[in-house]
This record gives sequence, C-alpha cells and structure tokens, in this order.
Amino acid sequence: MRPLAWYQLREEIEDFLYLEADLLDQRRFKEWLELLAEDLVYFMPMRRNVKFGQHAERENTKQGEGISWFDEDKWTLGKRVEQILTGVHYAEEPLSRVTHMVSNVRLLDVRPSVEDAQEITAGCRFLVYQNRVEYENFTFIGRRTDELRRVGTSWQIARREIILEQNVLLAKNLSIFF
Amino acid sequence: MTTTLPIDQMIDPQRGIISREIFVSPELYREELEKLFTRAWLFVGHESLIPKPGDFFVSRMGEESVILCRDAQGAVHVFLNSCRHRGMKVCRYEQGNTSLFVCPYHSWSYTTDGKLQGVPLYRALYEGTLNREEWSLIEVPKLALYHGTVWASWDPQAPDFETYLGDAAEHLDHVVDCRDGRPGGAEVIGVHKWVFPSNWKFAAENFLGDSYHNPSHRSVDMIGMGPSGQRGASSRRDNEYAGGQRFWVGFPQGHGLTGALMPEQTEYVSTYHQHPIVDEYFRYCFHERKRRLGAKARNMSLVGNFFPNASYHGRQPRGICVWHPRSPTETEGWRFFMVDADAPAEVKDVLRRYYMRYSGPAGMTEQDDMENWLYATAASKGTIARRYPFNYQSSMGAYKTNDPIPGDVSLQMTDQTPRNYYRVYASYLNGAPWDELLGRPQMQVAAE
Repeated sequence: MRPLAWYQLREEIEDFLYLEADLLDQRRFKEWLELLAEDLVYFMPMRRNVKFGQHAERENTKQGEGISWFDEDKWTLGKRVEQILTGVHYAEEPLSRVTHMVSNVRLLDVRPSVEDAQEITAGCRFLVYQNRVEYENFTFIGRRTDELRRVGTSWQIARREIILEQNVLLAKNLSIFF
Repeated sequence: MTTTLPIDQMIDPQRGIISREIFVSPELYREELEKLFTRAWLFVGHESLIPKPGDFFVSRMGEESVILCRDAQGAVHVFLNSCRHRGMKVCRYEQGNTSLFVCPYHSWSYTTDGKLQGVPLYRALYEGTLNREEWSLIEVPKLALYHGTVWASWDPQAPDFETYLGDAAEHLDHVVDCRDGRPGGAEVIGVHKWVFPSNWKFAAENFLGDSYHNPSHRSVDMIGMGPSGQRGASSRRDNEYAGGQRFWVGFPQGHGLTGALMPEQTEYVSTYHQHPIVDEYFRYCFHERKRRLGAKARNMSLVGNFFPNASYHGRQPRGICVWHPRSPTETEGWRFFMVDADAPAEVKDVLRRYYMRYSGPAGMTEQDDMENWLYATAASKGTIARRYPFNYQSSMGAYKTNDPIPGDVSLQMTDQTPRNYYRVYASYLNGAPWDELLGRPQMQVAAE
C-alpha cells in the first residue's frame, strides 16, 4: 500500500495532464505554451526496426543528436503556435479537429518526496485523433514521459518524450502538438 | 479510370499543357514503374550510412525494397531485398551490420556480396540441380558512387551516372560536397520516412525550380523560423543570395533546379546570426570554397530535382529527398539530411535543429507543401477534372541555352523546367532509346 498522499498527488498530476490536453483540443495554444518551462525539451524520436537485443541501444533516435521527428525547445514550439495563428499555415488552415486521450498515468519518480513534491516524472499513454477538412483522419498512439516541475500551485512541463508507435510515419504531417 | 489518349497528347510542352491523367491514372502509374523506374538512375543512399564492411542500409528503388550494402571486402552493392527461393525479404532491419542475410522463410542465406551461401538440406534436396552461382541476390546492373552518394539503375544499357547527370553535376556537387568545396565529405545524420496521399510527381515538381509556390510558405516567412529567427529576422532562410542573379535551369536529361549566380566580387553574407560559431564556420567555408573552386564558387544551388525523383535543398536546409511511388495517389518520402562530417559539433547541432523545424512532415515549411500536393491530387481524380489539363505556360520561350551557365537558363520564374521534365518523362514512357533520353541529337538514319 502506498500512502494516501501518493494517490492524491497522482490525481493532481492526472488533472494537470487532462487540463493540458483540453487546452490543446480547445485550440487555446497560447495558454498551453504557458504550461511549458522556459528550458523545455520536447522530443519525439523516430523508431527503427532493429535486431532483437539492440532495442535499448538502437531502436529510438536519440535526443541531442541526429534527426528525430521533434527535438525542440520552447522557442520553436512558440514559433509553431505563432505559425498556426497567422491564419495562412495551410497545413492547419482550416484548423484540424483534435482530441487527446490521456491514460495509464503513473508517477515514475517523485522528488524530493511525496509530501513535498517539487519534480515529478510521470508516464502516460496517449491516443490522439486528428480529423482534417473533410475526409482526413489520423490516429497517433503511443507513450509519453513527462518531467513536471512545481510552479506555485500548479505544474510546468520541463521535458516531454513522446514515443509514437510507428516506424514509417503513417501521416502526411505532424502539424499538431502531443 | 481509363487512359484515353496517347502520352504525347497528354503532355504537350510546346503549348504548355499537361493532362491531369499523369497524376492520377493507374495505367500510367504502371507504365512509370515498368518504363521509367526500371531505367532511370535512382538515388539509393550515402556511403556514410554504410562506413564499415558488413554495414547495410535498406533503401527503395521505385516501389521495391533494396539493400545497400558494403561487403566484407569493402565493395558497395545494391540488391533487391527478396529471396531468390520464395521472395521473402531477406532483411527487415533498416540499418546494421551483418555477415549474412538469412531469409526467415526457408533459411537460404546470402553473403554480403550477394552470393547464395546456405541452402538447408542442400545435399539431400538440391545436389546436382541447384547451382548456387546462378541464385545470388538480384543485383543492380549499374551502380555509381558519386562524392559519397550512391545511385543505381536497373537498366544494363544505362549510360554512366556522370553522363546521366550531364551539366547538372556541379549543382549536385553543391549539395553533396563540403561547404568549403572539398569533394564529398558529407554525412547523413538521419532519414525521415513518411507516406502521404499525393502523386509522387507533385513533390518532384515542387523542387524542380518551382519558386512560384512561395506564397504557400507565407506563414513561415511571417513568423521567422529561419536560422536567424531568434535575432528577429523574418523569413524561413537567411537571404544569402540577395546580390546574385537568380536562375532557373533545365537540362536535357530532365533535371531542373534554381539557384543564384553570385557576382565575381561577392562577399560572404552573414548567416545564422544567433549562433556566432556557425556564422564563423560558414564564413570560413565561403572563403575556402572560393579559393578552391574559383569562378565555380559563384554558383549557389538552392533547390532542384534530379530526374526523376531525387529532390534536394542545396543551402538552408541541406539534403536529398526521394519521392518513392507507392500508388498513383500515394508517395513515400525519404529525406536524407546532410552535414559536413567534419564540421564542429555546435555547427552540426544548430543545423540539425533547423532541418527538423523546416523539413519533412514535422517541418513548419514542408507541412504546407504536403497539404498542397494532397489536395491537388485529390481534386484531379474526378471525371470532369480529368477533362481539363494543367497550365504550364509561364515564361514560354523565355530562356537561353548555356547562357550564363550550362543548360536551358531562364532569369525569371518559369515552367520551362517542368515542361522539359515532362518532355523527358514522355520519352521514357514511349520507351525511347538512351540517346533521346539524354537529349542527344537524334542519329540521322540514312535512307537506304
């Protein structure tokens, strides 16, 4: 049995992640940006087909080197938001309809303690549905690991690793946020 | 859908009219696979992906999977990725190192030079019948290593790659050589692979010097996500070529591109303003390139497409993107990102970040391209739509040959490069001989 405080903390984190997803789905992109720490790392590797035994070392492209789907900072994400708000970013104009499902939320690490949680590593699963213009549908499914930092009574995302369960990307674009 | 017209009536470069059928017709798509992708030189990869003996990288040619491989002796091969026995893919890893390709199905195995080595129960089942020598992996008859890049053709009669490149070679050099002018020396730092519902030629044509589509990138220019964006520069690239003469050029082999010819006395234009080390690196490269190449250093190659489907960015960002056909209305993009292998670590880091925010399906610039290609394809499928051809009439006749650089050169935006591209495309679909495909004067057939 874990202490009650642990479950309370998990619920707090779930609420935060649901709120965040809702901001994106409601297209409140500028408010969403406020949840991101200034030193944010936003990383989505590409996944490779590798021989058994090499997965730990070679399956995912690495943050900080080479090419991934995303290996970005807050400045770049801010630019992505600005781009959408120009109204002439045609890959998101007209805007896509998007729903983020977040589940399997787990506290993987709490620092320094559950009672005085300042930093949390949280894991979750995501299912993101994107519907575009008339007939375009994309489903993105995968895992996320977030580093969260307490700021006052709320949280900020300091690092987000997005593991998309695809090799060749089966979508024409990654024009939405994860 | 049925193809009702002969290819020459669907493609009319003289009038600048091209039928939508070539972007949607399943029949024409089959013809492309059989008559074009079996003959043209195709981009397969880069030697930096397979530096050591036994290294392999699985690539594509047309619709088909191929293995780019360096054998135990260090020689480079390209094999069809299919077992000679029952066709199973002999390699389903993307990249790695091996001494054998073992087929998962019946365990036939092949060495890295393609030779059939292991045949289970050989003595009992095949002795006296199966000659291993005749059942090697199927290898491309024509392979070229060019400044680190690897190209191949399935046509044993294909001309040498350099003949196929023709005068477009110096533009390819610009992409694949070091920024300071040393030949080769690039390194592929990653490969994007993604599928999108568009005909592959929309993508190729986009890079064929189509600067006219710039308005579709207005959003990235407005927000300034370029290499100097953090210092407030608008636009998606630094304008390195402001003082140069822009050109759009097509070549007899079907290649087409755009670039700038810089003045003789040109000076380095500062780039990557928020990263002094990167700016300094490119300043050094600019002067060193000038010293090494002399007048040739005046050429600044921006974007282009090597016939049929190898597109490139020559400056910011830098790399080669291959548009693999998947169906008449579906394409698989493979973008190979390049840096100078011996560039300082900070330079590589800044470049890779810029590449990712610019290029590919997550790239702020190219997302808008994909949107255009998709809906252009979709809106061309209809019965009524297919009755109305596309317009390729910009800058008709407004070009000079070999002036001021080799090729058919226009000094304004032009559809001459796609008109030329589709002229060559039609020749492939007509099964033309190589002399015609290379744009050589037709041999005079003496009347007998």
